[in-house]
Amino acid sequence: MVAAGLAAEVSARASARATARVYWRLLRAGFRRQSTYRLAAAGGFVANATFGLLKVAVLFATVRAAGGELAGYDVGRMNTYIWISQGMLGSINYTGKTEIAVRVKDGSIAVDFLRPLDVQAAEITTEVGRALFALIPRGIPTVLIGVIIGMTAPNSPAAYPLGALSLLLGIVLSAATVYLVGVCGFWLVENRGVQICYMVVSGFLAGLFVPIPLFPSYLRIAAYATPFPSMMMFPVDVLSGRADLAGSLGRLAVQLAWLVAVGAIGQAMTRAGRRQLEVQGG
Amino acid sequence: MAEAAGAAPGAAVGAAPGAAVGAAPGAAVGAAPGAAVGLGARLRPYRVVLAARARSQTSYRANFALDLVSSMLAAVVELGEIWVLFRSVTHLGGLEFHQILLVFGLADLAFSLADVAFGHCDELAVYLRAGTLDVFYLRPQPLLAQLVTGDITLRRLARAAAGLVVLAAGLALNDIPWGVTSVGLLALALASGIAMFAALFVWAAGAQFFLVDGAEMTNAFVYGGRYAATQPASVWSRPLKALFGFAVPMAFCGFLPTLRLLGRPGPDWFPTWLGWCGPLAALWAWGMALAFWRWGVRHYQGGGG
Amino acid sequence: MNPIIETISLTRRFRVRDGVRRRELTAVDDLSVRVEPGEAVGYIGANGAGKSTTIKMLCGILVPTRGTVTTCGLRPVADRRRLARQIGVVFGQRSQLWWDLPVRESFRILAAIHALPAGLERARTDELVERLDMAEFLATPVRQLSLGQRMRAEIAAALLHAPRLVILDEPTIGLDVLSKQRLREFLIEQRRSHGTTLLLTTHDMGDVERLCDRVLVIDRGRLAYDGDLAGLGRAAGLGRAAGAERVLAVDLAEPGPDLTGIPAARHLSSEAGGLRQRLAFDAEATTAARVFAAIAERADVRDFTVEEPDIEDVVRRLYVGRAEPAE
Repeated sequence: MVAAGLAAEVSARASARATARVYWRLLRAGFRRQSTYRLAAAGGFVANATFGLLKVAVLFATVRAAGGELAGYDVGRMNTYIWISQGMLGSINYTGKTEIAVRVKDGSIAVDFLRPLDVQAAEITTEVGRALFALIPRGIPTVLIGVIIGMTAPNSPAAYPLGALSLLLGIVLSAATVYLVGVCGFWLVENRGVQICYMVVSGFLAGLFVPIPLFPSYLRIAAYATPFPSMMMFPVDVLSGRADLAGSLGRLAVQLAWLVAVGAIGQAMTRAGRRQLEVQGG
Repeated sequence: MAEAAGAAPGAAVGAAPGAAVGAAPGAAVGAAPGAAVGLGARLRPYRVVLAARARSQTSYRANFALDLVSSMLAAVVELGEIWVLFRSVTHLGGLEFHQILLVFGLADLAFSLADVAFGHCDELAVYLRAGTLDVFYLRPQPLLAQLVTGDITLRRLARAAAGLVVLAAGLALNDIPWGVTSVGLLALALASGIAMFAALFVWAAGAQFFLVDGAEMTNAFVYGGRYAATQPASVWSRPLKALFGFAVPMAFCGFLPTLRLLGRPGPDWFPTWLGWCGPLAALWAWGMALAFWRWGVRHYQGGGG
Repeated sequence: MNPIIETISLTRRFRVRDGVRRRELTAVDDLSVRVEPGEAVGYIGANGAGKSTTIKMLCGILVPTRGTVTTCGLRPVADRRRLARQIGVVFGQRSQLWWDLPVRESFRILAAIHALPAGLERARTDELVERLDMAEFLATPVRQLSLGQRMRAEIAAALLHAPRLVILDEPTIGLDVLSKQRLREFLIEQRRSHGTTLLLTTHDMGDVERLCDRVLVIDRGRLAYDGDLAGLGRAAGLGRAAGAERVLAVDLAEPGPDLTGIPAARHLSSEAGGLRQRLAFDAEATTAARVFAAIAERADVRDFTVEEPDIEDVVRRLYVGRAEPAE
């Protein structure tokens, strides 16, 4: 309903500002939709906290067993890593499920193509809105737990703005990458295989369970060959201050590069999917 | 007519607790006019439904291969998380990697089997939203029994297979004094673990009476519980030990039986003879789950007059 | 004889969250009703009047806030499982069948649930399949059935164990005329041959007219009328049995004067200067065809509809009690 009204607006005054406004509204819509699910948000926080505490137990024990320091992580740094990564849990898509996958499957994507909105951008923007909202009831309280427990704060003030930027890039990259899974539905009869694969590897390769620096070298290389570390590991590194200025800027660059690449692939797949639909007769 | 022999192993697991809940109260209330039914006849409707569900799922054989592969992959990745840690240390919580395999295998297998028979109980949230729970009231069977035996997810057997592989590896790689005691301990631990996870699913279903869209909250404890069960409890802090050691007794699924089996010393608060106390933990878990369920039903009906 | 349904001062209140505040909503208020075995009772009222809440309390789904309810001599909540063996319920909008299984499986499961011996199961199933003409879709999964087919299957499912009391909650909603007719005839026949008590909630006056000898009207939780249809018509100021009057709405080719003076018909209203006119006629005294013919002699009719009598209207008029024609 919201989108129908917006479409009319855009076609009436096709200007760049109008387009920007459209996307801003989409962002807000994704944002607002989540606010109705307050209990779900509270539940999300409980989930974050529970897993966080369990991870603390295991990872602290590991660090201590390794003599108090492991691949640059001491107990304090590990604490920071755990609580920031848990806080981001609601904002990064590790399940591989998307709304666009459903729409491609049941065919209502055909209607989306008729609107003067770029399907890929619209979907990603809505997802990002939803993810940004989740930071409030889930992200911030979770990080607060870490603060209370005593995680180490970053030692340079630049970490905050850079960290925020990295966080945003990570969120957008996650939405853009999982979009690719959704549009596979144009060619695959059953999306489930791709989605499950995504679900299984995304968390691991993003460094959700164990920080990537702890991986053996070949696994580390394999991880960096994917966009997943850029979704979560890098923002955590920048926010926690583990990365110095040069390291932070480097990570931001990598995130941006992945975003461009994934975005381009997504755009190509969307166009191809649209052609596919037209050929099949929708 | 459905043959119990033809039903999947998960059906036996599902029918037993369901029937136990159903048979006793049913007999106490008094048999229906003209129906002096024995236990076999009383179980028949549950068997028929489960068999019908199982049959309708076996037709999707193509997907089973996919499920098997993805389950194996998921198990590998989860195990990989622990394995990565062991690249840097030799002992975690006093256990070495091949010993952790036992903990992981027991917990994972127990969870997956419980998931086959009880995992669908969160559908209750859907029934509540659609108002279709009322239909359950019209049948002369206990509500919970209907919910539990209403479906079975054979697909998840693939995940159980993965857990079994890990358990087998753990059993092979460890020096276990094989005998009646150890086999008995393993069997008891597995059965108790399945019962405990089943209770967790039932608890999560009961919580749906109070929550709207509450799946995330209950998932925190169901999947959090599973995660906790695969860990060596010796690494836990005091609050965690209280929570996942005793309140939601996940430590009894894999860790404590493993300690007992391997003859390892237990950490604070967990003497190793607790390894035999799986059934007690399961009873406790089921007691909590059933109480919560009754509370939820009463809330739904506006009970208490 | 013991009543099959007896409610004494039955009351049910809900606490509803209205934004931040909490209101208390009384869905059923001090309802005292007695239904004897073998009766056919229509339970009518506007949406939200309390019909579904009453049914839920009769079946043991909801606990009354005050008062008592006894169904088949049992306490619905406490003896729910025993009661379930003696009643059959059809919810018009919620299915009792197993959605993705064939219809035949649902019957098999229900026979097992009610512990019907094999011979009885076969006999009952065959009888119901034949009477309700279900043979063609017995093997079809329930979710693929049309609404008419599904309702037939639901009724069969509710009657499989030959219950003493059958409660139907909006059973003909959304059905076409033929299906409604078939269903009504089936219910009448079952009553005759098995002596089943029928409690029917419906919006359709046609259902009530053809199936029920007694009518309970509930309005905002309270019992507004308890008696037969003739009495209801009188109480609503209709001057005849409720539901006996139909309305014929005609669209004329040209605006014209009011069509008064048609035998056994009463002019109700004219719109657009007489382009569209509505006339009420007594379905017992004449037929739509005769009224239409009389109109066609006087004016050129472009289109017409016959309106079914409206429950809400009847209920409203119970309170207003005007001698004006039903609209």
